[in-house]
Amino acid sequence: MDPMAQSLITVDALSVEYWTRKGKIRAVEDVSFALEKAETLGVVGESGSGKSTLGLSLIGLGPFPGRIVKGKITLKGKEILKLRKEDMRNLRGKEICYVFQDPMTSLNPVKKIGPHFVELIRTHDPKVTEEEALKRAKKLLKDVGIQPERINDYPHQLSGGMRQRVMIALAITLNPSIVVADEPTTALDVIVQAKILDLLNVLRDAYGMALILITHDLSIVLERSDEILVMYAGHVVEHSSSKDIYSNPQHPYTKGLLKSIPNIELAEQKLEAIAGSPPDLLNLPRGCRFWPRCYYVMERCRQEAPPLMNTGAEHFTRCFLYKEGKKL
Amino acid sequence: MLPIQRREKTVSQNDILKVEDLKKYFPVEKSFLEKMLTRSRSYVKAVDNVSFSVRKGEVFTLAGESGCGKTTTGRLIVRLIPPTSGKIFFENVEITALKGEALRVLKRRIQIIFQDPYASLNPRMKIGDAVGHPLEIHGLARNEEKRKRVLQILEHVGLTPSEKFVDLYPHQLSGGQRQRAAMARSLVLQPEFIVADEPVSMIDVSLRTAIIDLMLNLRKEFGLTYLFITHDLAIAKYISDRIAIMYLGKIVELGDKQTIFSNPMHPYTQALLSAIPVPNPERKRKTAELIGDVPSAINIPPGCRFRTRCEYAEEACKEKEPELIPVSPDHYVACDLAEK
Amino acid sequence: MKSKIKRSMLSKILPGLVSLEKRGLAGWLIIFGAILVGIIVAMNLISPWIAPYNPSAINVGQPLLPPNSQFRFGTNDLGQDVLSRVLSGGGIMLQVSILSVIVCLVVGVPLGLSSSYAGGVIDRVFCLIMDSIYAFPGLVLAIAIAAMLGRGVTNMALSIAVVYIPSYFRVIRSQVLSIKEMPYVEAANAAGSRSRTVLLRYILPNVVPSIVIVATVNFADAILTAAGLTFIGLGVSVDIPDWGWDLTNGQRLLPSGAWWVIAYPGLMIILLALGFTLIGEGLSELLNPRLEQ
Repeated sequence: MDPMAQSLITVDALSVEYWTRKGKIRAVEDVSFALEKAETLGVVGESGSGKSTLGLSLIGLGPFPGRIVKGKITLKGKEILKLRKEDMRNLRGKEICYVFQDPMTSLNPVKKIGPHFVELIRTHDPKVTEEEALKRAKKLLKDVGIQPERINDYPHQLSGGMRQRVMIALAITLNPSIVVADEPTTALDVIVQAKILDLLNVLRDAYGMALILITHDLSIVLERSDEILVMYAGHVVEHSSSKDIYSNPQHPYTKGLLKSIPNIELAEQKLEAIAGSPPDLLNLPRGCRFWPRCYYVMERCRQEAPPLMNTGAEHFTRCFLYKEGKKL
Repeated sequence: MLPIQRREKTVSQNDILKVEDLKKYFPVEKSFLEKMLTRSRSYVKAVDNVSFSVRKGEVFTLAGESGCGKTTTGRLIVRLIPPTSGKIFFENVEITALKGEALRVLKRRIQIIFQDPYASLNPRMKIGDAVGHPLEIHGLARNEEKRKRVLQILEHVGLTPSEKFVDLYPHQLSGGQRQRAAMARSLVLQPEFIVADEPVSMIDVSLRTAIIDLMLNLRKEFGLTYLFITHDLAIAKYISDRIAIMYLGKIVELGDKQTIFSNPMHPYTQALLSAIPVPNPERKRKTAELIGDVPSAINIPPGCRFRTRCEYAEEACKEKEPELIPVSPDHYVACDLAEK
Repeated sequence: MKSKIKRSMLSKILPGLVSLEKRGLAGWLIIFGAILVGIIVAMNLISPWIAPYNPSAINVGQPLLPPNSQFRFGTNDLGQDVLSRVLSGGGIMLQVSILSVIVCLVVGVPLGLSSSYAGGVIDRVFCLIMDSIYAFPGLVLAIAIAAMLGRGVTNMALSIAVVYIPSYFRVIRSQVLSIKEMPYVEAANAAGSRSRTVLLRYILPNVVPSIVIVATVNFADAILTAAGLTFIGLGVSVDIPDWGWDLTNGQRLLPSGAWWVIAYPGLMIILLALGFTLIGEGLSELLNPRLEQ
């Protein structure tokens, strides 16, 4: 479609599989989306949803020992899955950047903060001198709210929140078009969490980046993203703008999630649980992957796997309760 | 029966647990050189003079960020670690220094649920054996009777059919099921008071509600009282009756749920509440400005320990540590500028 | 071949082995190792019936005959049949290694468990003792102790055990220290369990996998050490057929070109040690990945 051709990044029917001793795991299946400049996409799902695998695949780091079996990822017009390893490495950091989940272990403990930046900058552009690189690093640290003097500290001298901010600063060093943040706030306290998310938004607006937030926390994506991808057992089960997902959730899983998260702005709330257990990726049920937990399950759901359908106004749902263009 | 040592006249008859001036300081390990060169010892003041009481049948929440001392307080109450100073009263009887048989008997009445369902169960023990072991320890039941009670309690926590779960090993259960099994183990002794330390933070979001609702149902069925420990204030709002907000080892605000959320008076509480993500795209948020990072628990700033990050801090805040004083019945705040 | 037939036989008889096969590499290591050890043990047990000559009888043939049709492995300087000696010479080694492992288990395991669980001064003292023993080169220490105690199977076993106990202690200690902090142990304490019960029912079962692995390495090492002790004359007396003794003897005869006297017993020692090592490796592979889950 035409709008897609102009998008910053397009993912087309991506499928990723792992082989384990016990069998094949289809970690990600048939995922498609498009992202524009300065947009935030929230990918939300629980354990087994495939969201992290998706994230890693976007930067070509995924997923060992699995393989991408199908699909395309187009970044600024280039199909990155077809790139040679070297070209992908150049792209990584420069065009698309990944902020890892755990700030404790993602920084090299025997390297001071400054050298982390220097290495990154000079790997991509050997002409830059160490002095220049450090100057840029100090500015970046200031951008993320860290005193520039900390550039001479070792990672263990910084708090968790600060380390996460360093990770973000590293991510934006080369002015990437896209930043993928995998559970950027899980290891952090709630106040620091809010600040980091605020920071990501500020940077997004300042640098025009696109942001992909991968998290299990639906509240965060509802509050902070423009579009949301809800994943379950490797499938996208719902995809729409966050306003739409909030006011008109369609897929039973999305509905269930919304009803099970506490909202402090509501006076009285009755939370409801989603029945059943998380999916066993080695033994996925026949038909719809969600049917064992679905309140609305029909006979058809147990036999056939529903396709992702456009139920109108760019709202996509994978559920037989709906038909192209409307609800049944 | 617990030996009666003292009766506190000020303790309300309704209070099942009372904690008075509780302190827990952990000595900081020094290197050999440091030991030789310096005389002083430094301590991590994990719990620094905490007092509160829990009423029978309520859900009392200790809320705060990591390092505030809430988990340590919970472990002090269950007597897993000894306090540095202070007193703990259970049903008007002081239990701080109990030892031996008396302590063992106490453990029948106060139990704990841990955060990590993957580490709370012995991987080499079948669920039935793990849940039944407390009965053996206290000689309360064996063989047939024990098995009956284990099956019963497994049914109660939703692990049905219980005959199936009795013979399974933990690795055959999901996270949510493991947490239920751990709860069954805590409940099999029919305790009156349960400390729940972040019981759902490591469980998938879609399963949390089920566990929380289970806890509330069990409260009704068995007449339990909970001390709920969490960093997630949204969950705290859902489950609690009263909440105490902790910061760096002290309680900075305490009140019933409605009051805390509608009228938070301590600047830290206000900041905390403003930072909670709300699942609403329309929300216009303003995260309160908190300067800097949490000070180290080894070097707590003199005076009010929150002043280093507080936007309202004044000179006077450096002088003395604010006491927890009531600003209205059942609403306590530890801030000298609370009127603002 | 012989092992293939044995494997299919065993698979039919022992369903446990079949499930081992499913475990991939680890399973094969254990199976091969077990078969190797099994064959050697069996061979030693039935040697009185299958040995062509009395292994201790001297001058059944010309001394120092190279391998031929009558004496498949040749004869040694006393005219003894090397083949018969090879078939029956493992007894001492096996006894020594089994005995040493038993002593280690009986002494080392309780010591390791209680010391690391209790902590404090006692733990420090034991750590010091164990580390000191551990710091000594094993064989040297074993020789010293064996020299003090004298000859005999029991004494050999004891000297090996003393050298090996620190290994058990250390492995158990590192396991106990981490398991001690686990919530399920705290839960047992919170339920009022006595320390002894906690150790036996909560900590020990989780330490067992590591103990088993150390034990198999212990076996292999004990065999080699026993050979070494006999080699230098601290072993058992001459008339019992023993590979270790044959090693000593054979080494002496090597310059005269009689390689067969030392080669075949040496090969058997290696195979036996290899068998135990394979089992140990397989167990380690099997148990550790699961532990990491």
